[in-house]
Amino acid sequence: MKPPAFSYYRPESVAQALHLLSTVEGAKILAGGQSLIPMMNMRLARPDALVDINHLTELTSIQDVGDALEIGALVRHDELLRSPLVRRHAPLVAQAERLIGHPAIRSRGTIGGSLAHADPAAELPVLAVLGDWELIVSSQTQTRTISAGDFFLSYFVTTLAPEEMLLRIRLPKVSTYGHIAEYAIQAGDFALTIAATSVDVGPSGVVRECRIALGGVTDVPWRDKTIERQAIGQVAQDSLWKDISHTVAEAIDPIDDLHATSAYRRQLAEALLREALHRAAQPKPA
Amino acid sequence: MVSITLRVNGTVHQMDVEPRWLLADVLREHLKLTGTHLGCEQGVCGACTVLLNGQPARSCLTLAVTADGADITTVEGLAQNGQLHPIQDAFWQEHALQCGFCTPGFLMTAVHFLQDNPDPTRAEIKEALSGNLCRCTGYQHIVNAVERAAKNLREKSGEKESIQTSTVEG
Ligand SMILES: Cc1cc2nc3c(=O)[nH]c(=O)nc-3n(C[C@H](O)[C@H](O)[C@H](O)COP(=O)(O)OP(=O)(O)OC[C@H]3O[C@@H](n4cnc5c(N)ncnc54)[C@H](O)[C@@H]3O)c2cc1C
Ligand code: FES
Ligand code: FES
Repeated sequence: MKPPAFSYYRPESVAQALHLLSTVEGAKILAGGQSLIPMMNMRLARPDALVDINHLTELTSIQDVGDALEIGALVRHDELLRSPLVRRHAPLVAQAERLIGHPAIRSRGTIGGSLAHADPAAELPVLAVLGDWELIVSSQTQTRTISAGDFFLSYFVTTLAPEEMLLRIRLPKVSTYGHIAEYAIQAGDFALTIAATSVDVGPSGVVRECRIALGGVTDVPWRDKTIERQAIGQVAQDSLWKDISHTVAEAIDPIDDLHATSAYRRQLAEALLREALHRAAQPKPA
Repeated sequence: MVSITLRVNGTVHQMDVEPRWLLADVLREHLKLTGTHLGCEQGVCGACTVLLNGQPARSCLTLAVTADGADITTVEGLAQNGQLHPIQDAFWQEHALQCGFCTPGFLMTAVHFLQDNPDPTRAEIKEALSGNLCRCTGYQHIVNAVERAAKNLREKSGEKESIQTSTVEG
């Protein structure tokens, strides 16, 4: 199994990369290669040209910009796992990174590649939708900011145009607690189902904010703000999480594939969500 | 063809590669370092794991052109002066291989893991090795070997430290 032949470009700057993307026919971006190269090895992808962005140091920083973190598209999973800024201001990302692949995958795979690849069972797209991340995307002619909720269109399909590149991702800092629960057949595999939550409980024990996102159940990360709002003003207790999880399980129409049936995924979603809500709402040590 | 430079196990190689050549193929076919094995060629089995600038990486998912300028360590780079690396030695002592196909990948994964985490629990060892598949051993002996290697390496670095301390004192 070898990738089919392609022409190869290694830009030295983002400007050069964007120029290549708009002028070279059939060009695709190569980041960590942890999703694209397997597809090329299996000949499921046959790009005419690769624009290798691994040398674009402009895209490798994690910056504190006040109310958010701005993370370059080329930041690798491993760096997200270790970064003190990420641990502090986006703790769910650090938690999720431990569930993504293995050390040898995390040392190469990037945040930009994970989001652009848009695997419905990938962790970062779920967190992006949960946390209202903003994706900063450029082509040679324009730059636009897309909210994560509008970015994912279907299985492996996003609003990115072929000549566009994801440059940075803005993660609003969180002060709420969150949890990600998932079930994968083997550690490091893509999960069958993912439940991510973030919950803010006021001093009186009443829910002030509740967010829920699921992965692996539909073609894009799943979120429903109407159901989230039902939790607001209620006492944070297990009976509430049980009801909400049940409501969500009734609302989704999970995918059916060779890894799991739709009914099984629905049960998983309900159980994982209950756990993720319960854990997110636990009083934390100050 | 693209001209690249790779430093492999300490030796610098300059060569011309086709962009589509995988790092694994360049190591095996061109440098004849056939210790790096190819199982699945989709990132799942771990047999092709090498160290790329000190980090574990799948050589089946890395283009040689992307690795231009990198420092690579393969399983051939572990033994020094005819002496097995302590992790290789522990694999031998603990019978952690049968056919040996998976072994280079496990070794490279374990080398990096023990650098990062010299005193791991058994659960941590299992998690660290979860990206490597073995169809022969049933894994228990491999986990035992990494446990033993960790202990041996700790004792060795303890020795080094005490030698250093005594030199300072002396
Ligand atoms: C064995 C194995 C297990 C894995 N397990 C998991 C898992 O459990 N969870 C998980 O989430 N992922 C998992 N992955 C995938 C991994 O997270 C990849 O890193 C990720 O999906 C893609 O990132 P990449 O940088 O490698 O992108 P690449 O493979 O280089 O690219 C992927 C796609 O994104 C596009 N792209 C990349 N960067 C940009 C950019 N800046 N702008 C626009 N388009 C871009 C490429 O053109 C391509 O279409 C696994 C992979 C393997 C091999
Ligand atoms: S051959 Fe590279 S992971 Fe299996
Ligand atoms: S020893 Fe045969 S595959 Fe591991």
